[in-house]
Amino acid sequence: MRSTFPIKLLFVTSLFLSATAFANPTESDAEAGEKDLKTEITEYIGHHLKDSHDFSLFSITQENGEKKHIGFPLPVILWDNGLKVFSSSKFHHGEAVAEVDGDYFKLDHSKIYKTDASGTITYDEKHHATNAKPLDFSITKGVVMIFLTGLLMFLLFKGLATSYAKNGSIPKGIGRFFEPIVLYIRDDIAIANIGEKRYKKYMPFLLTVFFFIWFLNMFGLTPFGVNVTGNIAVTTALAIVTFLLTNLTGTKDYWKHLFDPLGDSMPWYGKLPLYVILIPIEILGIFIKPFSLLIRLYANMQAGHIVIMSLIGLMFIFKSWIGSPLSFGLAFAISLIEILVALLQAYIFTMLSALYFGFASEEHDHAEAH
Amino acid sequence: MEQLIEDFSLGLFFWQSLLFIGLVLLLRKFAWKPILGAVNEREEGIKTALAAAEDAKKEMQNVTADSEKLLKEARAEREAMLKEAREIKDKLIADSKELAKKEGDKMLKQAQAAIESEKKAAVADIKSQVANLSVEIAEKVIKEQLSAKDKQLKLVEDMLGDIKLN
Repeated sequence: MRSTFPIKLLFVTSLFLSATAFANPTESDAEAGEKDLKTEITEYIGHHLKDSHDFSLFSITQENGEKKHIGFPLPVILWDNGLKVFSSSKFHHGEAVAEVDGDYFKLDHSKIYKTDASGTITYDEKHHATNAKPLDFSITKGVVMIFLTGLLMFLLFKGLATSYAKNGSIPKGIGRFFEPIVLYIRDDIAIANIGEKRYKKYMPFLLTVFFFIWFLNMFGLTPFGVNVTGNIAVTTALAIVTFLLTNLTGTKDYWKHLFDPLGDSMPWYGKLPLYVILIPIEILGIFIKPFSLLIRLYANMQAGHIVIMSLIGLMFIFKSWIGSPLSFGLAFAISLIEILVALLQAYIFTMLSALYFGFASEEHDHAEAH
Repeated sequence: MEQLIEDFSLGLFFWQSLLFIGLVLLLRKFAWKPILGAVNEREEGIKTALAAAEDAKKEMQNVTADSEKLLKEARAEREAMLKEAREIKDKLIADSKELAKKEGDKMLKQAQAAIESEKKAAVADIKSQVANLSVEIAEKVIKEQLSAKDKQLKLVEDMLGDIKLN
């Protein structure tokens, strides 16, 4: 708790900086300003939850009403009749049209659209842009965070591995903190759910996914943190790995259980009408399991970010000596809970993945077990 | 749901999949295998060390039992030896006593025999002396038979008195 407090303080300060910037133009017209502040905070939250093409730390609205963004641009990689690579600074945070090799691109709600030279974007009745979307493989903020987390994990656990070699099988430094967690994942997640015989081949995935989700969740709670695990593309990618591992390592028993769940307990003519319903449910189950994984992680992290940012935003909307401290207290309490949730969600994802691997790799006597 | 699909970023999905799978493979080679290997090795080491300690304890117990048994045997042997020695001593004493007694008896008998023969010899000597004396007396008596009959008698009587004194 002690070490996270300064981080929270930074978080609050950073938002305070940007939010006071929003507050400035409201001085002229209080009523309209109040409304502006609310919509601006909503937009700010929405923007934060999405991936972005530049690494913005915070933005300040200057005296003349112009927004100043503090951060650095990231490379944009597009596939649109050939590879196009350019810096995201060309977009000017969505305010300008980027011209690359005779094609024009514009940012709209964190997505890149192909436009004409003036940057017109047409919308349909549901307010969806109808412009053509080039294939976007940009190194976004999220990708940078994923890469940094991967790098951190690599250095951390490589260090732990070499400390064993140097120090006679005894961990040193930060490894003393991480070793019990590694052992917990091995003993209480992998061995408990998969079994002593087959757990080994799943260990690299389980350990990596646990620390990956946990670290990214924790980074998401830091002031400049990025909502990576609250992005559905990321959780989908993780869940697909679980899905593939489950079904590619599935044993004969696993598949037999899917397509013949009742086994020898019933004659074939008895099973036939049941299987018309049972087998589609079982097949659906294969996909529902990883789908629940991806939605759970996405929704939890997304919701956490929305709640914390909304509560911090409330401080500036209330502007009263009761409301602001109250929402500060609430935001602080929710932050503490979010630290727990960060760990919990990593644990749940790993635990359920291990459980599914356990189903896939089980080998037992059917007649006896069912 | 539509919003979710709309928001789904293919680029991020691509990079996430690529980086994550790369990370799993890298960590498997450089971190998880060495870490789990080292931990396993350590656990095996602890297990074998414990087993060795248990063995050593058993060995120790065996050794103690053995030495105790040896001690017991030694004690019993000592006891037996002492007993034997005592018996030998007793027997020796008894034997020597008997021997001494026999020897004593033999000596006593010899002495008695010697005394008896001495006595016989003495008696024989006395007898011969008495005979000589009688002969001498008879001689004297015959020599002095001339002086008086009564003198002769008196002499005989004196002589006889002498003999009685002897």
